[in-house]
Amino acid sequence: MRELVVLSGKGGTGKTTVCGSLAVLASNKVMADCDVDAANLHLLLDPVLKFSSPFYGLKKATINREKCLGCNLCLHLCRYDAIGPGFVVDPVLCEGCAVCCHACPCGAVEMIEHVAGYLFLSDTRYGSLVHARLGIAEDNSGKLVAAVRKEARRLAEEEKKELVITDGPPGIGCPAISCLSGADLVLVVTEPTFSGRHDLERVLELAKHFGCQAAVCINKWDLEPENTRVLESLCNQYSVPVVGYLPYDESVMGAVKSGRPVIQECSGPMAEGMLALWDKLKALLELR
Amino acid sequence: MIIAVASGKGGTGKTTVASSLALVAAEKGEVLFLDCDVEEPNGHIMLKPRWHKKETVRVPVPEINREKCTLCGRCAEVCAFHALVVLPREVMLFPTMCHGCGGCWHLCPAGAISPGWREIGQVEEGSSGKIGFVHGRLNVGEAISPPLIQAVKERIRPGILNIIDAPPGTSCPVIRAVRGADFCLLVTEPTPFGLHDLKLAYEMAARLGVPCGVAVNRSDGNDNLIRQFCHNNNVPLLFRLPRDREVAGGYARGIPAVEVRPGWKKHFLDLLAYLEKGGYARCAN
Ligand code: SF4
Ligand code: SF4
Repeated sequence: MRELVVLSGKGGTGKTTVCGSLAVLASNKVMADCDVDAANLHLLLDPVLKFSSPFYGLKKATINREKCLGCNLCLHLCRYDAIGPGFVVDPVLCEGCAVCCHACPCGAVEMIEHVAGYLFLSDTRYGSLVHARLGIAEDNSGKLVAAVRKEARRLAEEEKKELVITDGPPGIGCPAISCLSGADLVLVVTEPTFSGRHDLERVLELAKHFGCQAAVCINKWDLEPENTRVLESLCNQYSVPVVGYLPYDESVMGAVKSGRPVIQECSGPMAEGMLALWDKLKALLELR
Repeated sequence: MIIAVASGKGGTGKTTVASSLALVAAEKGEVLFLDCDVEEPNGHIMLKPRWHKKETVRVPVPEINREKCTLCGRCAEVCAFHALVVLPREVMLFPTMCHGCGGCWHLCPAGAISPGWREIGQVEEGSSGKIGFVHGRLNVGEAISPPLIQAVKERIRPGILNIIDAPPGTSCPVIRAVRGADFCLLVTEPTPFGLHDLKLAYEMAARLGVPCGVAVNRSDGNDNLIRQFCHNNNVPLLFRLPRDREVAGGYARGIPAVEVRPGWKKHFLDLLAYLEKGGYARCAN
């Protein structure tokens, strides 16, 4: 089994658009949406929910006023200013480090189980989809990403699928890092904008750091062909192949509006670009 | 006044709106632009500041004194983030997992751990005409951004307009960026994606008790989805920017929207007038 992870270094470069189309083009696969902060892939794939399970984050502190002697030690030790007046813990600020709990001389701090999000398993017309939803203001997106990937891999094995396509989170932080480890191929979707180069460089650096094979797809390449060439030479420097060129196409917005993968709504250069991209990816992943 | 610009997700035009707002506001008074998207800061590409100051941001990490360490394993036991592993002959630290909580150095029975420092990124300060500019840059491979966002926000100047360009998402970094703002402008697109992300961003702002309003970007004239949401939740829809290939091209070359389309300044002037009136306080929940 192989895993293709799609990243972008930042949001809005067309990562989910590409993933939606890959979901249509690839047979014999499981889809995973690891953008747990703001999952969008399901909006394109029309999923039917089969199963959901709560995801537990780190336990959070609560202080039992009856046992508390008011020594102020916890207040003093908490680096996140999570303990407010009257020894009330602000759950948004508490990171669950449990230092207060270990340190309290009278055992007044309890660490309480806490649901940080949900993991979903759905059926779509393109195969199974594993996705998740992290609660507002929750930490631990890296852990939830890991849980989504693990579930997708398990499912792929169970269903005897040869590929997992993972729609990664934006950025290069904790969740993106959590998505990279052990991936067979990282497809970076980028745009020929001024910031695109900088963002691309950071993801390629990250992929290198984790020893992942990478490939690049340039979305809206014809918006600013000169910048596209800059991106190409950057890829050259990193010895990373450019495997896709997608045009600026106003009909993409229409496809997104109707909630359908681009490959089913658009024709012409857009569709050709997607097909060519998938062919190259297949070759890199050594799939039939 | 502190205005945060958020979107729940990247790529909706948050930086386009925030930078244009800064440029228009600078025609009237002093403005400070704080780019809190420290993983991918790109406000500087639009506003092109000249830098005058750079400061390293550090977070605490344990330093282990091998001579005093008895390999008892207590530190690994208390570390909720699994940043420490006690091996038969040494203690290993995974610095990017450490949250700097201090548990290990407070609780090591042998007194073998002391707090040290680790660099996670830089805060750079500069100015672009009348706009003061601050942003943070997180080092590559670094997973924890809130302390860097905090360092950027420490530069907020009271008494003037502070514009915070928030990171995408609804988790800890955004919370850190938006918390304490007087108003949050939610930028969205009139698509199901846009609506989905808007809902999350709205929930986040409501959770923080920050009043908010919506700006639609890349409108094709049919914004019913967003309009309906705003109506149902009693959130003001403040302005709409049409979809415009010229503006997209300008963005690609680092040219702010209001320079490509000076006519759009009107929207931002209206927004500023609206904020000055302060009527938005009623819309908070
Ligand atoms: S708690 Fe202190 S003595 Fe025990 S293993 Fe950790 S560093 Fe060594
Ligand atoms: S400071 Fe806290 S998070 Fe860091 S290693 Fe020590 S116990 Fe773990």
